[in-house]
Amino acid sequence: MVVPACRDGRAHSVREVGLFPMKIVVCVKQVPDTESEKALRPEDLTLDREAVDAVMNEMDEFAVEEALQLAERTGGEVTVLLMGPEQGADTIRKALSMGADRALHVVDDALRGSDAVATSAVLAAALREVGFDLVLLGCEASDARTSLVPAMLAERLGLPQLTFAQKVETDGTEITVERLTDYGHDVVTARLPALVSVVEKINEPRYPTFKGIMAAKKKPVRTLDLSDLELDATEVGAAGAWSAVDDFTVRPPRAAGELVKDEGEGGRQLVAFLAGRKLV
Amino acid sequence: MPVDRLLPTPEARDLIELTRDIADRELAPVAAEHEADGRFPRDAFRTLGRAGLLSLPFDPEYGGGGQPYEVYLQVLEEVAARWAGVAVGMSVHALSCYPVAAFGTEEQRGELLPRLLEGDLLGAYCLSEPQAGSDVSAIRTRAEKDAEGFTVTGTKAWISHGGQADSYTLFARTSDDPRHGLSCFVVDPTAVSGLSFGAPERKMGLNGSHTTTVNWDGVRVPTERLVGAEGQGMQIALSALDSGRLGIGAVAVGVAQAALDEAVAYAGQRRQFGKAIIDHQGLGFMLADMAAAVESARATVLSAARRRDAGLPFSQQASIAKLVATDAAMRVTTDAVQVLGGYGYTRDFPVERYMREAKVMQIFEGTNQIQRLVISRHLARG
Ligand SMILES: Cc1cc2nc3c(=O)[nH]c(=O)nc-3n(C[C@H](O)[C@H](O)[C@H](O)COP(=O)(O)OP(=O)(O)OC[C@H]3O[C@@H](n4cnc5c(N)ncnc54)[C@H](O)[C@@H]3O)c2cc1C
Ligand SMILES: Cc1cc2nc3c(=O)[nH]c(=O)nc-3n(C[C@H](O)[C@H](O)[C@H](O)COP(=O)(O)OP(=O)(O)OC[C@H]3O[C@@H](n4cnc5c(N)ncnc54)[C@H](O)[C@@H]3O)c2cc1C
Repeated sequence: MVVPACRDGRAHSVREVGLFPMKIVVCVKQVPDTESEKALRPEDLTLDREAVDAVMNEMDEFAVEEALQLAERTGGEVTVLLMGPEQGADTIRKALSMGADRALHVVDDALRGSDAVATSAVLAAALREVGFDLVLLGCEASDARTSLVPAMLAERLGLPQLTFAQKVETDGTEITVERLTDYGHDVVTARLPALVSVVEKINEPRYPTFKGIMAAKKKPVRTLDLSDLELDATEVGAAGAWSAVDDFTVRPPRAAGELVKDEGEGGRQLVAFLAGRKLV
Repeated sequence: MPVDRLLPTPEARDLIELTRDIADRELAPVAAEHEADGRFPRDAFRTLGRAGLLSLPFDPEYGGGGQPYEVYLQVLEEVAARWAGVAVGMSVHALSCYPVAAFGTEEQRGELLPRLLEGDLLGAYCLSEPQAGSDVSAIRTRAEKDAEGFTVTGTKAWISHGGQADSYTLFARTSDDPRHGLSCFVVDPTAVSGLSFGAPERKMGLNGSHTTTVNWDGVRVPTERLVGAEGQGMQIALSALDSGRLGIGAVAVGVAQAALDEAVAYAGQRRQFGKAIIDHQGLGFMLADMAAAVESARATVLSAARRRDAGLPFSQQASIAKLVATDAAMRVTTDAVQVLGGYGYTRDFPVERYMREAKVMQIFEGTNQIQRLVISRHLARG
């Protein structure tokens, strides 16, 4: 049996293989349903989240599924971490009804308007608070789509970051991922504790079950605010944002395409069209 | 737009959301194809079973979800709005489980229900015969008793899931007594010989759901498979149908809702005489009547369901619900075809399918004439 050295110097759980279950925390964001029309609030140019149905960020369903599969394989335990307003509880319940064991919900009015820098600070503080061996995230949230949170969070916690994972293996000491790249994939290995962000290729998220829904009602959900995390309200929210949206333009409607009807000259016309755009 | 529902508990809301998710992703995309090819979607029932959606109204002790009918029927409605054939299948499956759940012995429940409720086994309900449709008392299929059990001989007609099911709930004659002549059995088709099935009927709609004759040619059924007392069959069948009718009512509401949604979406886009057709009052009022029919049908079905949940008599209300909801579905789906004009009459749009599906709901689980018979008898009894 491999017994890893104590991983001191960092605020995470110290664990010996086989003695304690692996502690996996999966970060989940609640986002406006991608199918609904989105709008920015005129007063502060942040997303109007009240106007639309809120759902779990789709990419995070893959992160939850991977967390559950890893926990099933290694005998671990899955905690869901969500920063967001009260209604985030619905998304937490969904993750719990898929099978996660417990949840941590960071709620504070001062968090409204947080940018990626602030979001990562809050999530880092919450992760230090609960302890972990492995942090899983989606590689991108479908609303703001910065893809910054995983990297920022890893930096703040001093963790190896294994991003864009399409496959994850771990023996409880080391973690190896296939990292999706433009040309194929890289194989990246790190010692735990580590942070992994996943892509959609990684698995097929399970549906919750009715039994899961009933069980979720009894699972512990801890709610924390900024003071619990010893964070200052001026560092987060719109007040602490390093970036702000000054202005925006609505995406122009798509122009009608050009229809080429083949009356003997179709092929030539297509080539001319492409050549005109320097595509051939 | 999803239907804005008044649900009694947070878990009921999560359950509806789960149902929509599964129905949108697993059922809706393949429904039209299966219906066109007449392919039975056995996997759909496994998916629904794994998620626990086949177990909802049954006792948690045997793997059931312990949910009130008020909630279960709304789940059924959501499925029906994507694929009526599968929702009818869920309702038939529940109908086939009901006799064991309500009248079975401890052993029968423990042995059969968990596997039925998780969708591992699919049920069928064998009541009708070629000469015994509305008139159940004309049933001729006989179960002859001897020392070890019964020998069943006869022909059942119109059996949903015929040839596909793993468990057949059977009503057969054990004596000529006019009121106590029928008995109920549960038969495992893999454990017997002499059971055979006709080819699927060539139906107007619901072609993904196979309906066949089931031939019983000296099939040996052991005594342990008798459900309830010998001679109790008629009572069991009628009591099962009261609940089954609520199920069909809910399925009809779902189909009507789907037709309404399709018609409203189309009427907002289609322009004639310089404006969207929904802005022509003649058509807008038709849509208003359709919406009123769907909403009042849903209210009638759920009101009957709440009586059942409260332990009150609900047989008359179940018949009213089935009558009102299926007639509403027929009208609404017919009008939806009208709203889409010539396009509605083609198979490129789903509304003609909804219309074909709605028709059968006025026929099975007691024709709507029989519902009126039940209602008027309740009225006469006072
Ligand atoms: C239109 C618009 C423009 C914006 N522009 C900017 C901008 O330019 N710069 C900027 O810094 N911010 C911007 N934001 C704010 C943005 O909402 C935050 O940065 C956000 O909280 C984190 O970034 P992200 O959503 O892009 O996450 P990503 O980095 O894309 O998300 C990756 C993963 O991080 C995790 N995660 C992210 N947020 C949470 C959370 N709240 N709780 C738990 N897990 C989470 C999830 O696992 C997610 O899959 C903008 C927002 C909007 C709506
Ligand atoms: C798709 C489909 C699936 C089915 N699935 C099943 C199943 O799984 N299990 C099962 O057991 N059966 C099933 N049935 C059978 C169904 O329940 C019967 O078709 C129905 O009960 C009517 O019987 P019938 O067709 O013999 O019509 P009949 O009883 O012959 O009726 C013919 C007409 O006469 C009318 N009529 C009859 N009696 C009266 C009366 N007293 N007063 C006024 N009018 C009357 C009827 O309303 C009807 O309009 C299914 C049928 C269909 C079409």
